[in-house]
Amino acid sequence: MALLGKFITWLDDRLPIKSFYKKHFTDYYLPKNLNIMYVFGVLALLLLVNQLFSGIWLAMSYQPSPEKAFASIQYIMRDVPYGWLIRYLHTTGASALFIVLYLHILRGLLYGSYKKPRELVWLFGMTLYFVIMIEGFLGYLLPWGQMSYWGAQVITSIFGSIPVIGPGLQEWVRGDYYVSAATLQRFYALHVIAFPLLLLALLFLHLSTLRHVGSNNPAGIDIKKYRDHNGVPLDGVAFHPYFVTKDLVAIGVFMLLFCCVVFFYPTMEGYFLEPTNLQPANRLQTPEHISAVWYFTPFYAMLRAVTFSLFGFEAKFLGALVMMLAVLMPFFLPWLDRSAVTSIRYKGRLSKLFMVLFCLSFVVLGVVGSLPASLASTRLAQVCCVFYFAYFLLMPWYSRYEVTRPVPERI
Amino acid sequence: MTRMVNKKRRQFLIGSTCTLAAVGGVGIATPFIAAWQPSRQSRAAGAPLRVDISKLEPGQQMTVEWQGQPVWVVRRSAQSVSELSDLTSYLVDPFSQQAQQPSYAQNLYRSLKPEISVLVGVCTHLGCSPIYHPEHSAQDLDGGWRGGFICPCHGSKFDLAGRAYKHFPAQSNLVVPPYYYKSETLLEIGIDGEVNG
Repeated sequence: MALLGKFITWLDDRLPIKSFYKKHFTDYYLPKNLNIMYVFGVLALLLLVNQLFSGIWLAMSYQPSPEKAFASIQYIMRDVPYGWLIRYLHTTGASALFIVLYLHILRGLLYGSYKKPRELVWLFGMTLYFVIMIEGFLGYLLPWGQMSYWGAQVITSIFGSIPVIGPGLQEWVRGDYYVSAATLQRFYALHVIAFPLLLLALLFLHLSTLRHVGSNNPAGIDIKKYRDHNGVPLDGVAFHPYFVTKDLVAIGVFMLLFCCVVFFYPTMEGYFLEPTNLQPANRLQTPEHISAVWYFTPFYAMLRAVTFSLFGFEAKFLGALVMMLAVLMPFFLPWLDRSAVTSIRYKGRLSKLFMVLFCLSFVVLGVVGSLPASLASTRLAQVCCVFYFAYFLLMPWYSRYEVTRPVPERI
Repeated sequence: MTRMVNKKRRQFLIGSTCTLAAVGGVGIATPFIAAWQPSRQSRAAGAPLRVDISKLEPGQQMTVEWQGQPVWVVRRSAQSVSELSDLTSYLVDPFSQQAQQPSYAQNLYRSLKPEISVLVGVCTHLGCSPIYHPEHSAQDLDGGWRGGFICPCHGSKFDLAGRAYKHFPAQSNLVVPPYYYKSETLLEIGIDGEVNG
């Protein structure tokens, strides 16, 4: 033991591990009222680690070429020892990551976690979400099934819809006139090297900015105002051991659910793994029923919702623009929210109404996006689009002029 | 001894270094960006294609591959051909004003011969391949449907001449590739032809 202590002292003289541990674990104080909505950050982190490891192992047996990609996935599923488990961890992990992220973002919206001084935490976080979406899309092409192929065909065609530079840009993104070997190989390179590196960098920034300004809480009250004589926030509880143990319980419960899906429902009735993707890609025939993978369906529904041309722009460009704006809108939240209070608990009726409409429209868009397109579903998607954007675009007014409830001084 | 700082010279040096660095940056970015363009191999893969249509029955569709894309050849029935002129009010571009076809196919049938339709089977919305639905019952569209192509991805609809229906995502007609008749039953797709183009 004495030897270990000596070694730690030796190490600490060269790498400040003791002060790091103090600063970020034992002497880091979080608000005492954090509720269950505050576990999804650590779960997202856990899932990213899961994606990293299962991904590295998948890359050992996967072959990124149109001739071999589909067969190499079957090889992983049937011939590689535990290959099925590693792949299901990766595919289920992707869907689980989006579930966790949507709840994590919802938490931020509810409790105003994007407001001053957490603007950068929010911006890095939303950028992370955007990068993870691209990462998911890139990875989806790799199995080279029918859904993979036609999904990539549709999304790369979106570049082609941009006026003037579109067609050239589309060719540049694909590296060919259609989704081909060149596209598959570059998607692979980006999926396994470029975007994971970008993701790690953003994760570091997300966490460092969070640790610098401290966590928000369901009441949206700043705990740093009232401190005891040692400078410890009166309404704060140390991260270690209290929140670490809480997170471990959350991880335990989550892992139980996650493993149930991995072992018993890995395809989740076609939502996590689509049956159409068990046919190899055929570039001459689009499958009869095509839809985006579930975590993209709300945005996919918006893309389909625009069926009219406006201001001389074609419908498909406007659809792509609406979809892009829908993803970008949350980035502006710190400056759209003019409310005097932080948490939804003290906001007025209008904020609550728009929040509910926003959540409902997002869910309805998700459902509509997974169904075949019809006139009725297009109309419904158009209405939901309006509510989705109203939440953001009307926020400067309704958040400013509504009557809010008084906020207590302490938690 | 005082050291005089020549601010002008310093600014010039900083400015010129930054400019050169920017030029260098553009230079080093060029190969990385250019490497994403289609390779010479893919550029060379666009050769014309001969298609024998002697066995194509009325109402039947065949799909061939040209430049990595599906190209359809459909032999329309006499009834379908006569119905093409009824649909004008339902279509975005019934008279093929947009340059989605060679000039010799800019007619009511969007083809060289009224009964044979040659189309690139790629939806002009977002690139899926629409599915052939020759039956009148496939859609209603206020009585405007006489058979055609329906895109499974976003529900775009085209008539049997590849003309886009109004109020659906695709707002331009399907592309007609360059082609000509080498003989009565032999099409050559991907080239305008020798004399009769």
